[in-house]
Order: sequence, then structure tokens, then C-alpha cells
Amino acid sequence: MKWAVIVFPGSNCDEDAAFAIREVTGDEAHLIWHDARDLSDFDAIVLPGGFSYGDYLRSGAIARFSPVVEAVKREAQKGKLVLGICNGFQVLTESHLLPGALLRNDNLQFRCEMTELVVENNQSPFTADYAIGERIRIPIAHGEGRFVADDTTLAKLQADRRVAFTYHANPNGSVQNIAGILNLQGNVLGLMPHPERAVMEWMDSVDGRRMFLSMHRYMKEARALVGANGSANS
Amino acid sequence: MKTYEVEVRIWLKPSVFDPQGHAVEQALHTLGYAEASDLRIGKYMHLTVQSASLSEAQTRVEEMCERVLSNPVMETYAYTLKEVALS
Repeated sequence: MKWAVIVFPGSNCDEDAAFAIREVTGDEAHLIWHDARDLSDFDAIVLPGGFSYGDYLRSGAIARFSPVVEAVKREAQKGKLVLGICNGFQVLTESHLLPGALLRNDNLQFRCEMTELVVENNQSPFTADYAIGERIRIPIAHGEGRFVADDTTLAKLQADRRVAFTYHANPNGSVQNIAGILNLQGNVLGLMPHPERAVMEWMDSVDGRRMFLSMHRYMKEARALVGANGSANS
Repeated sequence: MKTYEVEVRIWLKPSVFDPQGHAVEQALHTLGYAEASDLRIGKYMHLTVQSASLSEAQTRVEEMCERVLSNPVMETYAYTLKEVALS
């Protein structure tokens, strides 16, 4: 499998994400600059954490207008996996690939700490290796991670089981303790916590590994299916 | 072509908690300004636009507000438009 890790001016978790992908899955991970216009070569796309464009105007707001985000939208429509971590989640909401918005933490603190997440949905390509209701340890590092959405949107998210993770102890005031959500098709996940920072024993948690493994397995199975169809036709 | 001076103000929607505004309001209370309440912090932007008419300028500025300057998910905006007299 071939992963693209998008690099905006101001991204700072791109190398960590690429490291985690290579280390956990053994796959290729390429750092792709924000002016790329074609991502059709890649099986999965990661929007990493950081402060794209200095968080000017609103976090993720300027990144939304970069050429690569149009390419991300195209690949997402094809059903490819898109994972937005922290600032990447903010870019996904600003780009309307995911609903809601992320605002200043209600306590005004920049929170950089280990958090416990509750797995709310293990039927997605990102979470299949977790058990439902399982508590996993993934660190956060953000000042603007308070998820907000109107009641209609929240009801829809719940009805469609699109809340992937909630915080066990809410660190930022997110509505309904929401830490990460899926799009309707289930191939786009945005979350504030950093799974790439929980992939080695020395990182104090390895619970992030299973997210990358779930994605890897999903892509492999999807490819095998396409291959089987192809050979049946020939 | 006419030139318009535009002022845009953006706030969080009333339904969205503004922790900055809340913290500043608390500071005012601590300093003895008990009469202050409902403090909200927003953004102010100033720009100039060239347009054939006032209505066209309004349409374009509203579009800018909706698409870029504010995020309608959590923010509301207001703007004023003033024609600049050519000297």
C-alpha cells in the first residue's frame, strides 16, 4: 500500500505520521507538498497535525483552499481512506468533508497529555481492530479541539453511528465528549488525538498501532476484491 | 468602477460558548467592573473592493463572508459598505 502524508506550510506532525505508517504497516509513506494536484497514485491519505498556514483566520481555514485539498476531496469521493489528525481534522471540517467545527478549548488551555478514548464504532476501516467500548490511550496536543455542531448534525452523527471515539474525561469541552467522527460513507475519519504518537512502547502507549493496521488491512482486502473481480473477467 | 470601503465583523454564534470572552469578563469583574456582562470577542476586518454598483459589491462581500471570512457552522457576521468619494 502507498500512503500520502500531506505537508502544508506549518504542518509539524508529518514526519511522525510517516514514521508511524512505515513502522507499523511496513508500507510506503510519501510526504506530499500542499501544491500537489493529483493523489490518484495513493491508497490512503493522511492530513497530519500542526498549524497549517499559521492557523490564520481559523485553524484549517486557509489550507482548505490549497490545490491538494481538491485532490483529497476527489480521492475521498472515490472511497479512498482519508485520515485527518488534529489540524488535519480541522482542515476536514473547514473543507466540509466532515461536519461541525473545532473551536478554542473551553478551559482556554493548550492541552498536551495522554487521554483515554472510548471506541464508539468499530465497524469502520479505521477502527475495525478495536473492540466496541474499549478504552484506548492516545495523546492529545491542541488548543482548539472543542468539537461543536448543531443539534440536527449531532442527531444525525449519532443515528448514523458516525462518532468513532469519545473522550473518557473531556479535556476541551467538546459536545457529547466527541473526539473523532466519520463521514457518511465511513472512509474519512477526523480526530483530535494523535494515533501516530502512540505506536511504540517508549511512547507510553501502542494503542495507535491498531488504527494504522486496520486501515492497512482494509486497503489490502479492498485490493484483493478488485483483483478477484479482475481475474474473473479475464 | 466605484470603490467601497468594507468593514466586516465576525462573532461566534450566541449558542456557541466563547471562552475568551468569558475569561475577559471575569477579569473585568475582578477589577471591579461588576456591571459588565455578555462579553464576546470577535474579529474585525477592513477591506476595499472595486465594483460596478453597490448591489454587486454587496453580493460579492456577502459571498466572501460566507465562503471564507466566517465559518457559518459556528460564526455569524455583519458588514458595512461605504462608497469612497474620488478626490
